[in-house]
Amino acid sequence: MADVGTAKLKRGLAQMLKGGVIMDVTTADQAKIAEDAGACAVMALERVPADIRREGGVARMADPLKVKEIMDAVTIPVMAKVRIGHFVEAQVLEAIGADFIDESEVLTPADERYHINKHVFKVPFVCGARDLGEALRRIGEGAAMIRTKGEAGTGNVVEAVRHLRAVLDGIRQLQATPEEELMTVAKELGAPYELVVETRALGKLPVVNFSAGGLATPADAALMMQLGCDGNFVGSGIFKSDNPAKRAKAIVEATTHFNDPDVIARVSEGIGEPMKGLDIRSMPEAELLQTRGW
Amino acid sequence: MKIGVLALQGDVREHRKVLQDLGVEAPEVRTTADLAGVDALIIPGGESTTMGKLMVEGGLDRAIRERAERGMPVYGTCAGMILLARAAGGGEPPLLRLMDIEVQRNAYGRQVDSFETDLDVPALGPPALHAVFIRAPVVERVGRDVDVLASLESRPVLARQGALLVSSFHPELSGDARVHRYFLELVRQRQEF
Repeated sequence: MADVGTAKLKRGLAQMLKGGVIMDVTTADQAKIAEDAGACAVMALERVPADIRREGGVARMADPLKVKEIMDAVTIPVMAKVRIGHFVEAQVLEAIGADFIDESEVLTPADERYHINKHVFKVPFVCGARDLGEALRRIGEGAAMIRTKGEAGTGNVVEAVRHLRAVLDGIRQLQATPEEELMTVAKELGAPYELVVETRALGKLPVVNFSAGGLATPADAALMMQLGCDGNFVGSGIFKSDNPAKRAKAIVEATTHFNDPDVIARVSEGIGEPMKGLDIRSMPEAELLQTRGW
Repeated sequence: MKIGVLALQGDVREHRKVLQDLGVEAPEVRTTADLAGVDALIIPGGESTTMGKLMVEGGLDRAIRERAERGMPVYGTCAGMILLARAAGGGEPPLLRLMDIEVQRNAYGRQVDSFETDLDVPALGPPALHAVFIRAPVVERVGRDVDVLASLESRPVLARQGALLVSSFHPELSGDARVHRYFLELVRQRQEF
């Protein structure tokens, strides 16, 4: 009589996360700090993106024991990352009861042509996207939530802005496109026709859309919200800063009160140094994470 | 009539859409000043820990409690139900403690255990109400003044005490506006006093 694992339930959990901040954590202690600061979910992983970038090597799904420790430490939903195309890592996370899976370009891809068929899982997936076509391809594969990619581990918000604007511009263009042109537009976007039609009618993606990749300050978080995302992922930006607890709380408040400069000013005061950022223009192409995903 | 939707975190847009489709103004409530301008309040689904903390931060917890004690109708869905409860098991966020119920958080398990089902709700009449439960809480104990409007496996999932209404499920996601209509009716009756 009861249905489980439906698209409504998977997309529904993402809807419950809206207006909130999802924080990268690598230990149960960090997860507690994130929860106490008001995070609406945590992302359990072995290393934050800034460390993955620095240390190199193959980045994989976290040890299931670590994910379970984090699940035991908090009551908010726990997400965890799998490599692009690595459906067995996803089966493992579903088996241990993770609440959400991020098929993430931050880890080293396991498949350079195909993503996971996310429809066959009961657990919802979030995937990265840089533009409308990529977002709709992921939704077509069953993603219940999209996050614009940005450039993880840089502490530089410029790519997050670029990708969110690209998705929203894509939607605005779609709304100005006459119906008879939509099939050709779908072909050019590399996106399923039905989802193109649905997105045009809704005037937004059919799933929740968070921003991610380079957010480091409360003002960054509010910037992304004012641009039109539904909520924020903050990765290295919190636990690579001077005072993670204070910064985490400030970013949560700035995300909620994103339209109130007085609040953003107040929470931005005296919260210590943000993570040291990277200038993306000076980075070699091969070090970019955002180009992973097909 | 203005029905505010608490917009600290959660599925605010979905509640506002249902209310607007019913012809009701549904402003977002983020501050005590916003609250002063509404006749009733919906506390949406979301993360109760996050909403609870943000409520305390801006003094909204006190303001909501004061208004509700003077008769302002409040409807809480899922996280909203937890926040209205007298006590919550499974990790207690900052609560409003307005309604004489005790809830258990994440009572059905984790996200993979979330489910959709049909509920008999005599107060709404036929047909059965399609209900979406996402990491949902259940009511473990109800006080004498609480009317249980629907139960699932003998545990209350829709209940009312005076002008307070709670559901462990999400009517804002199922495309059936009857619970919202029921709440509007309750608000109208209160205004006639």
